[in-house]
Amino acid sequence: MGKDLITLEHISKSYDGHVVLDDLNLSIYENSFVTLLGPSGCGKTTTLRIIGGFEKPDQGKVIFDGKDITDMAPNKRQLNTVFQKYALFTHMNIAENIAFGLKIKNKPDSYIKDKIKYALKLVNLDGYEKRMPDSLSGGQQQRIAIARAIVNEPKVLLLDEPLGALDLKLRQDMQYELKRLKEELGITFIYVTHDQEEALTMSDHIVVMNQGYIQQEGSPEKIYNEPENAFVADFIGDSNIIRSTMIRDELVEILGARFACVDKGFGENKPVDVVIRPEDIVLVPPEEGTLEGVVTGLTFKGVHYEMDVEAGGFEWLVHSTRLSEVGTRVGIKVDPFDIQIMNVPLSEDEEAISETV
Amino acid sequence: MKLFKNNKTAPLLASPYIAWALIFILVPLAMVIYYGVTNASGSFTFDNIAMITEPGYLKALGRSVLLAFISTLVCFILAYPLGMILSSMKLARNTYLVTLFILPMWMNFLLRTLTWMTLLEGKGVINTVLEFMHLPPIHIINTSGAIVLGMVYNFLPFMILPIYNSLSRIDDNIINAARDLGADSLQTFLRITLPLSVPGIISGITMVFIPALTTFAISTMLGGSKILLIGNIIEQQFTQVYDWHLGSGLSIVLMIFILINMIIERLADTEGGVLG
Repeated sequence: MGKDLITLEHISKSYDGHVVLDDLNLSIYENSFVTLLGPSGCGKTTTLRIIGGFEKPDQGKVIFDGKDITDMAPNKRQLNTVFQKYALFTHMNIAENIAFGLKIKNKPDSYIKDKIKYALKLVNLDGYEKRMPDSLSGGQQQRIAIARAIVNEPKVLLLDEPLGALDLKLRQDMQYELKRLKEELGITFIYVTHDQEEALTMSDHIVVMNQGYIQQEGSPEKIYNEPENAFVADFIGDSNIIRSTMIRDELVEILGARFACVDKGFGENKPVDVVIRPEDIVLVPPEEGTLEGVVTGLTFKGVHYEMDVEAGGFEWLVHSTRLSEVGTRVGIKVDPFDIQIMNVPLSEDEEAISETV
Repeated sequence: MKLFKNNKTAPLLASPYIAWALIFILVPLAMVIYYGVTNASGSFTFDNIAMITEPGYLKALGRSVLLAFISTLVCFILAYPLGMILSSMKLARNTYLVTLFILPMWMNFLLRTLTWMTLLEGKGVINTVLEFMHLPPIHIINTSGAIVLGMVYNFLPFMILPIYNSLSRIDDNIINAARDLGADSLQTFLRITLPLSVPGIISGITMVFIPALTTFAISTMLGGSKILLIGNIIEQQFTQVYDWHLGSGLSIVLMIFILINMIIERLADTEGGVLG
């Protein structure tokens, strides 16, 4: 994936005795779209602010392009930030907002003019130079905030929940737009969000965080299909997480029924957590299923039906395009490669992490 | 707010205020204007207003403007850094401090000014202490300096509060954004913080300059009877000379003066907003 551009080494940070980040290590590759994903209070925004220079870590180092920038002021860093609520300068018009960073750097007027034009075109807001920020919609203000950041040609663009205040439709449009911008600019994006769909749609690399720890990092597919622990499985998409027993390699006992799986190396007769995505469960006639149950709930979701199935003393969440009415007796079948086996949390730390789910 | 947008109930709800404004603002104002443009026999004249050109009155007006200007400036210089310190503090602690600044306002204004009189007097508290320490006494009572001191002391909270308000309303991320875009602390202050706090500065200036310009209590107590401000002269017309016509005429001049000042400030506000 290219070389490391930013490396966080053993970063710790606490506020008033409350630990926000604990010995965080993270490498960010050049030209990647990296998303820090997690619930509020997980430390993702603090991580971003430490990279941006708005917070100093209590311990640890921030390495940027091979240099230690831990103590460098934000105005000296080769990166720019798009803030959560846009943070436009309300006393300046759009052109002045975009020009701010360039004027500070004493760029010639003609250069600034060209840059403003280019940036406004890039965010599809040509001709907005003389407007004031207050007269723009939330989505437009967000684009201006992006334009204001990118004219400075940063190596990295930091985005702190930039779509949080927008409505759903606009948010989806902006996701594609951000992805396009990233391709066009060819720079690194570090994106912070609590929205798993946003993360899956846009990222090359997702870092799932909770309570100041990195839970898992990897490509969107890997995070979704092979969650490493119950927190990740639960946070990313819907899932059925069931405490089970690994009988031996490639065989797991879930709620008393034995399912074939593809995982190995968990030992024999060991407790494990099993993750099964609701769309991976196939409802079949009772005699054909591995586990027998009854449909107890039904919701039409547009693309699919969402069904609750009571089987083996557990309420399974099932997504299917085929309808099974409430009260129908059904069999549950899962393909071996759709069963994801995870270690049961061992240490107290890990326990604490999954308890908050 | 929805409730008050209802067109039918709005006039009804506003009626107490309208009545209040009518009785306590418009009627007295109309009376001042009536007295100002008439003479003792009741006929129309501009003489009362023209009296401001009398050297004695003109000098008092000039002195009032100068002392009000100095007081406002001193208040601003003291209040802005204080406002910045307050707005940068955590909420729990700054509420406590803001209360400390407002606390003197709970005491009567005349009483507080009177206290300064006993402090500054020739044989007052300060000089007694100085004498005890074998230091030369200071002669500040009955000077313009004492008046400025009294004005600054009394009106400082009116400058701090609006400035503090406008500063604390600036989102931290706006400051962070300026820093992020390459501005150092000074550039951030000059280009972002200062222009965004202009509305607070303007209302602070208005709230200090106007009472400072019109005061007569402070100058009476701390300036003795030697230093007359325009406020003292107007007061004398009403309470000693009983020439209501002249008093009102001079009041009109003062009002026009304040009006011009407010227009200039308003213009500065909108320009400051655009130019940044």
